[in-house]
Amino acid sequence: MSGMAARPMVVRYPETPSQTGGPYVHIGLAPAQAGFDIFENNFGNVLTTPETTGERIRLEGRVFDGSGSPVNDALLEIWQANAAGRYAHPGDTQDKELDPTFRGFGRTGTDFDTGIYTFETIKPGPTPSPRGGEQAPHILMLIFARGINLGLHTRVYFDDEAEANAADPLLNSIEWVVRRDTLIARRSERDGEVVYTFDVRLQDTPDGGAETVFFDV
Amino acid sequence: MIIAPPGGALGEFVERDRNNHPQALTPGYRTSVLRAPRNALIVARNTISEMTGPIFQQGELGELDNDLILNFSKDSLPIGERIIVHGYVRDEFGNPVKGALVEVWQANAGGRYRHKKDQYLAPIDPNFGGSGRMLTDDNGYYYFRTIKPGPYPWFNSTNAWRPAHIHFAISGDGWAQRLVTQLYFDGDPMIERCSIAQTAPRDLLNTLIAQEDPANNVPFDARTFRWDITLRGRRATFFNNVNGVKR
Repeated sequence: MSGMAARPMVVRYPETPSQTGGPYVHIGLAPAQAGFDIFENNFGNVLTTPETTGERIRLEGRVFDGSGSPVNDALLEIWQANAAGRYAHPGDTQDKELDPTFRGFGRTGTDFDTGIYTFETIKPGPTPSPRGGEQAPHILMLIFARGINLGLHTRVYFDDEAEANAADPLLNSIEWVVRRDTLIARRSERDGEVVYTFDVRLQDTPDGGAETVFFDV
Repeated sequence: MIIAPPGGALGEFVERDRNNHPQALTPGYRTSVLRAPRNALIVARNTISEMTGPIFQQGELGELDNDLILNFSKDSLPIGERIIVHGYVRDEFGNPVKGALVEVWQANAGGRYRHKKDQYLAPIDPNFGGSGRMLTDDNGYYYFRTIKPGPYPWFNSTNAWRPAHIHFAISGDGWAQRLVTQLYFDGDPMIERCSIAQTAPRDLLNTLIAQEDPANNVPFDARTFRWDITLRGRRATFFNNVNGVKR
């Protein structure tokens, strides 16, 4: 191609394709549940230390498939802001207090027998929306499992934050108003502990449960 | 010449190209049928929630965490082909992803997992655990040492076998980048017959296949395989909103 100057190219490499985490995802990400101990330090489902600031909450629930059966081999991860509404990440430069005892990340498997998952954490504060206003307190959740080819993103909101939820930009962007309710965890108290119940439905279930909203993040 | 936004900038992650990934519903992989959402995904433009993510420190990992040959050895070495896997984690624009947590898990040389739910009759290797983890360095580079996993049968069809593979979970510096995937080995004839491997887009399946890297073999010790990983990139931020107001 003589006479033709090389043109600079805009290059974008394709993201590595996802594959399912498979039924033995615990070996790598939750070895104790697989049945053995290998690492000194594990990333588990307790996000708090005694020094952590904020209202202690237990987040629990189950994941159901399209037959209404609990998915007993799912691996869930959560990511959230601290009680002041700040993320433990250099990209969060808000003028809010950082809590050195709170990373904001947790992971756990659903129980092989009951299908129940649990996180011990704190209720996050509200965070800013980049397009104006505030986001209601929420926890990001990612779901990996056998049969799930690409991790599913959802969000957990809180039913005692009705006013903030009503103003939340993402909830409001869900055109089908009836579907918003699938993202709201229910508050209760058990043995003096605050529990939020959040079930995930991968599809509508025969008992009338509605498929959870999943996001293209 | 590559023209790309600078790495580490705080712009939004580029929208995920879903043509680069398996669809949720892939009936050839039977478990996906009841576990695939039927509704379309809802667009969630990046907020600070998706643009941040957990940060991990070297001090949280053990010295042998990236050495699957030694990190569960009890009274001797595990049995099987000694291999090293190495490569780079970069974003879509070629920028290195530094400090990414790379977690791996796999079966032993006979295709048996150390997992209470695995009942395959091939035996457990008492000196092999099958899980490891590491952080990428400033160049996005990672490496670990292991035993090459064997293929194993599974109940998808009567005679279904997985190709030899290593599972990977990769965490960049934003929640939107998190990725779980699998590495396959070049030349494995089972890749073509595997309904899970075949969920990957036809033209990208080769990006999941590690290549032999004989120049980096350790003589009389271990063979080496090279596998690079691409995570989502961030777009450049040319003009910022001020206090949420577009100007």
